[in-house]
Amino acid sequence: MSSFWSAWIIVLTIACLIVCFVLLTWNLKNHVGVPENETTGHEFDGITEINNPLPKWWTIMFYATFAWSVFYFAAYPGLGSWQGLFGWTSSNQGIKSLAESKAAVEARKAAGVPSQLDSEYMVANETFDKEFAKYTSRSVEELAKDTDALQVGQRLFLQNCSQCHGSDARGQKGFPNLSDNDWLYGGTVDKLKETIIHGRKAAMPAWGDALGAQGVKEMTAYVLSLSGRKVNDKDAAAGQMKFAMCAACHGMDGKGSLAHGLPFGAPNLTDKVWLYGGSSEAVEQTLTAGRNGVMPAFGERLGEDKIHVIVAYVYSLSQNQKAE
Amino acid sequence: MTNHHEKIEKSAGWLGILTVVAISFGTLVEITPLMFLKETTEPVDGLKPYTALQMEGRDVFIREGCTNCHSQMIRPFRHEVERYGHYSVAGESVWEHPFLWGSKRTGPDLARVGGRYSDDWHYAHLMDPRSVVSQSNMPAYPWLNDAVLDGKLTAKKLETFRSFGVPYTDDDIAGAEAAVKGKTEMQALIAYLQSLGTALK
Repeated sequence: MSSFWSAWIIVLTIACLIVCFVLLTWNLKNHVGVPENETTGHEFDGITEINNPLPKWWTIMFYATFAWSVFYFAAYPGLGSWQGLFGWTSSNQGIKSLAESKAAVEARKAAGVPSQLDSEYMVANETFDKEFAKYTSRSVEELAKDTDALQVGQRLFLQNCSQCHGSDARGQKGFPNLSDNDWLYGGTVDKLKETIIHGRKAAMPAWGDALGAQGVKEMTAYVLSLSGRKVNDKDAAAGQMKFAMCAACHGMDGKGSLAHGLPFGAPNLTDKVWLYGGSSEAVEQTLTAGRNGVMPAFGERLGEDKIHVIVAYVYSLSQNQKAE
Repeated sequence: MTNHHEKIEKSAGWLGILTVVAISFGTLVEITPLMFLKETTEPVDGLKPYTALQMEGRDVFIREGCTNCHSQMIRPFRHEVERYGHYSVAGESVWEHPFLWGSKRTGPDLARVGGRYSDDWHYAHLMDPRSVVSQSNMPAYPWLNDAVLDGKLTAKKLETFRSFGVPYTDDDIAGAEAAVKGKTEMQALIAYLQSLGTALK
């Protein structure tokens, strides 16, 4: 804050206080020219106006607010650039980037006057770091068998992941089921972590123009035949001829990129799991217009500790499937 | 002095003028300096003006009354920062006219909703919120998907914002209509939502 505006605020604020104080003090004296508790002579319908003094309790409270304001302006930031005797602030001001924000937090901590928000965090970290340390020091595989850890993981999942993947993690149209063993990018601990921290961007291109309406119909027939569905054989055979353009991502056998160790997230077309629906209409739509599934990156939002526990929860879901 | 006071009380003109003077001190102290301070007039490093499509989306957001249930202001409390991300800072709002901070949270705060969900999710959610969040009580907005923008006023909107000091270039304004024409209001709104809160990085 420039010194001009700082002075502006200080002068106006203090002037206001003084004016109010003078007005109050002046008004406590009798200026009406009529003794207190006697009628001023105004009368209407038999009701007379009495010259009553200001109530004592009210006057005391008014003086108390002055005392409070003097204390407040001395102790807390309020008078322009004055930071207050306690150095209190709710949060760091005038931040232009996350890096500046972090630097400001460290600077205040080093000076021994963390902001209100940072002290809240310090208290919370003291409590919860211990709890999370219990989990982060152990492997995800181990945590996946620990009911306490799984409860924490489930809570975090419900808060952050369920909006897309559903409260039971079974997903919905366009958002993958996490409780089965069908993975787009891999269900190992490392791959799950990678997915949550960095997010994923799937890109199924639109083939409508390249294939034409008849081509889309034929390709749909072939794709559905891969999972053993009854289709028009002639169409399917015609579709198979063109499948090479799909094989780059889905593999020549249609088993998806993961089966071939590739990172595209192209689904397995030979099973009965359909992310966008397995009806011929849905597959035709996918082929015509493409699909662009996005998993947002949660690395910065959640931090590694929480992600570690969420991964344990997600990992446990498919592990339990294997056992069954 | 007694007579002076009586004069003020009995003259509506003087009473009005002096009342305005008396109550203007709050404005002079609390609002006037904000218009000139670096902290409140300088953008954060990553701030970009809304694109033409995002600007139209913002107007859809205002028209549909989204602010009645969604605030765009993360306060510096741990329980808010944990849920929504870094608290909102002044430099993020310097090109907002008017700002849409809101004060009602029937739904969650949206100050940093950009990038939190995918475009597909927003589409599914706006068409039918219950399809993705079963306990949601947000209304559905399916008509946004049918309403097509013609972009006739988009350039004027950007020009207006430029007159407020938002750094739009002549090219931005010239290309505004073409950038939104034929797009649906749904696309515009999603583009706007995906931009929210992404400037602070």
